[in-house]
Amino acid sequence: MLRVCLKGANSAARKCLCGNGVPLHPLQQCRSYTSGGSGSSAGKIVAASVLTMGGGVGGTILYANWDPKFRANVEKSIPYSDQVFGLALGPAAPPPVINKPRKVEPVQISSMSEVWKDSKQPKAKEVQRKAEQPDAEGPPAPAPQETLEAAAKCTECEHEPAVKERPEGEVAARLAEQDKAEQDLLTSLSSNLEDALGSTAKVTLQAIGAQEAALQAIAQHTRQLREAMEAEAPPDKKSTQWRVLEDALSERSRSVDEAGAAVLKAKAELDKLRGVIDGAKHLKIAAARPSILAAEENLHSMVVDLDSVVTRVQTAQSEAKIVSQYSELVNEAKAQFQKELNSITPEIQANWKGLRKLTQDDLNSLIAHAHRRIDQLNRELAEQRVREQIHIDSALEQQKLEDKKALEVAISTALEHNREQMRLEQEKKVEETREVMEAEMRTQLRRQAAAHTDHLRDVLKVQEQELRSEAEEILNSSLMEKETEYRRLTQDQLDSFTLDMNAAYARLKGMEEAIDSHVIAEEEARKAHQLWLSVEALNYTLKTAALNDPTEPLEGAVQAIKESCAEDEFAQALATALPSESLSRGVYSEASLRARFYTIRQLARRVALIDETRNSLYQYFLSYLQAMLLFEKAQEAPPAKLSAEDLDTFKLLSYAAYSLEHGDLELAAKLVNQLKGESRRVAQDWLKEARLTLETKQVVSLLSAYANAVGLGTTMAP
Amino acid sequence: MAEEQGRKWDRCLADSAVKLATGLGVGIVFSVLFFKRRTWPVVFGLGVGLGMGYSNCQQDFRSPYLLHGHMVKEQ
Repeated sequence: MLRVCLKGANSAARKCLCGNGVPLHPLQQCRSYTSGGSGSSAGKIVAASVLTMGGGVGGTILYANWDPKFRANVEKSIPYSDQVFGLALGPAAPPPVINKPRKVEPVQISSMSEVWKDSKQPKAKEVQRKAEQPDAEGPPAPAPQETLEAAAKCTECEHEPAVKERPEGEVAARLAEQDKAEQDLLTSLSSNLEDALGSTAKVTLQAIGAQEAALQAIAQHTRQLREAMEAEAPPDKKSTQWRVLEDALSERSRSVDEAGAAVLKAKAELDKLRGVIDGAKHLKIAAARPSILAAEENLHSMVVDLDSVVTRVQTAQSEAKIVSQYSELVNEAKAQFQKELNSITPEIQANWKGLRKLTQDDLNSLIAHAHRRIDQLNRELAEQRVREQIHIDSALEQQKLEDKKALEVAISTALEHNREQMRLEQEKKVEETREVMEAEMRTQLRRQAAAHTDHLRDVLKVQEQELRSEAEEILNSSLMEKETEYRRLTQDQLDSFTLDMNAAYARLKGMEEAIDSHVIAEEEARKAHQLWLSVEALNYTLKTAALNDPTEPLEGAVQAIKESCAEDEFAQALATALPSESLSRGVYSEASLRARFYTIRQLARRVALIDETRNSLYQYFLSYLQAMLLFEKAQEAPPAKLSAEDLDTFKLLSYAAYSLEHGDLELAAKLVNQLKGESRRVAQDWLKEARLTLETKQVVSLLSAYANAVGLGTTMAP
Repeated sequence: MAEEQGRKWDRCLADSAVKLATGLGVGIVFSVLFFKRRTWPVVFGLGVGLGMGYSNCQQDFRSPYLLHGHMVKEQ
């Protein structure tokens, strides 16, 4: 940008040059033009600088958006930049926090088995009690039924989710109630059944009797009919015979009707009985089952008998029909013949006895008629034979059909009877198996009860043992406590006695020691005196320091000290603690150090700015300038605590000067030790000397203090 | 230690003076010999001399603070 401006300026200048074509004072003119042009170029410069700054700031913000570390750096170095960043970008993202995964709590599974076990036990007890109760009672039949009922009830109760144990009395009362109810029901049922059975039996017997009577009547009728037809009785007898026959017929019809009515009634009764039995079956009482079964069997037998009788009657009836048909036919034929005979020979009476009076013609005609009749009859016979064949065939067919029908009916009835029979047998078998099962269940329950008692016995045994062991433990622990108590008391007594003895002994010892120590003290006093003398010699050597030269070497005096207190370890240690330089070369006095300090100070002031980073010649120049221009107090009292701003070279030097003037070489050395950089290097020598002096002085003062103390300690008051 | 500053300065000044003179001399020589008695080689020589002296001075004053590093090659 600057180059562009410069170019612009140059071009403007050149233009002015070319424009005017005056080579004289081009710079001046150009200057005027450039000054004029500088206005626009100034604006350009301003714009360019603004753009640059904006670009820089924008670039910084963008980069800070991308790199959070850079953003942190910038925020640290440039104040208020964090606010700018906050405005532009929003707050800095905090470091990511890793959440510990929540632990899933384990699911509690509750088992129903305990509840069921608890429920099973009381139920078993109930069952046991119930089993015992009916055993005391009368018939065993209700007992298995009741236990069955109880067991059935138990199973039902177990399946319920909330089981509560009913109290014993209530259970017994409930059971008694249930028993009574069942008994009542049973008695009512059985009475019902018996009544129904009785009535049906009566009615069936009646029906059967009626049927038998009908059978008898039919048989008699047929017999009589046959007799009547076959026997050729005289007419008067015949009429009686026919009358008798008629009576017999009427008798037969009547009896048949009666029988039919009776059968209907019996059938109705049987149906009623079947209904009652079904109702009893629906009640589902086990004890009634045998009676029900018996009733059913009775019913079945009655039905069978009735059916058989009915079939017999039917066959008899069919036979009678045949016979009657036959008789009818015969009668018809006879009548026909009589009519023909009458027609041919009207004068001949029905009676054949008058045949003698007949003439030959009559006889011939009669014979011819008879021949014709015979022919006719023969023809008829032949025809009849043929027709008979056909009729027989048709009759056979019909008979076959009828037979088939009858067969079917018979088969169906027989099947039904069979089915009925089998069902009854099955029911009987079921009944038997049920009884067996109940007996088995009873034995199992008894076994369970026995197991329960065994278990109880075991548990009691275990508990007894546990309790016994507990009691023993308690006994043992109390015994031990008492024992320890006793032991403690005896020990206390012993201890007190020992203490007294020890005290007496200690006193004796003390006295002996006091006497010995006196002797030792005398010795010590002598030694201390010697030590003190040698330390004084050392002190004297220290004072021999000239203004700028070190003292004499301290070696001789130290040697004397070492000889004088050969056994004293402290003194020996201190003597050896003197720095070797002081022994060989000697130390400077405080005054010389003080004098030297001022030169050092000047020098340090001059190089105050120089340290590891700033050490070019230019820095030296600056440092000299600073030293010339900066005025600090010559001496300033140092504070108790040095703060950060007190670590400035000039301040430190003034503090050190002050402390030196006040005789505190140690503090001055400490302060000078705080110098940094080149100033420190410059003052290093002086610091070393100061340290040496301080060390030596410290050791010497310790020694003298020690000697004084020892001397004090050993002086005995008169 | 205190005198070392003084000694350094002495050395420095002496050295600078020598260098300056040498530079001047060389500059004059070059100017006369190769550059047709122009002024600029002289000035150049002076500048070179001064620069060298300055650099030496600086090096001398810096010498306590210089760190000598050693490159350890990975075996």
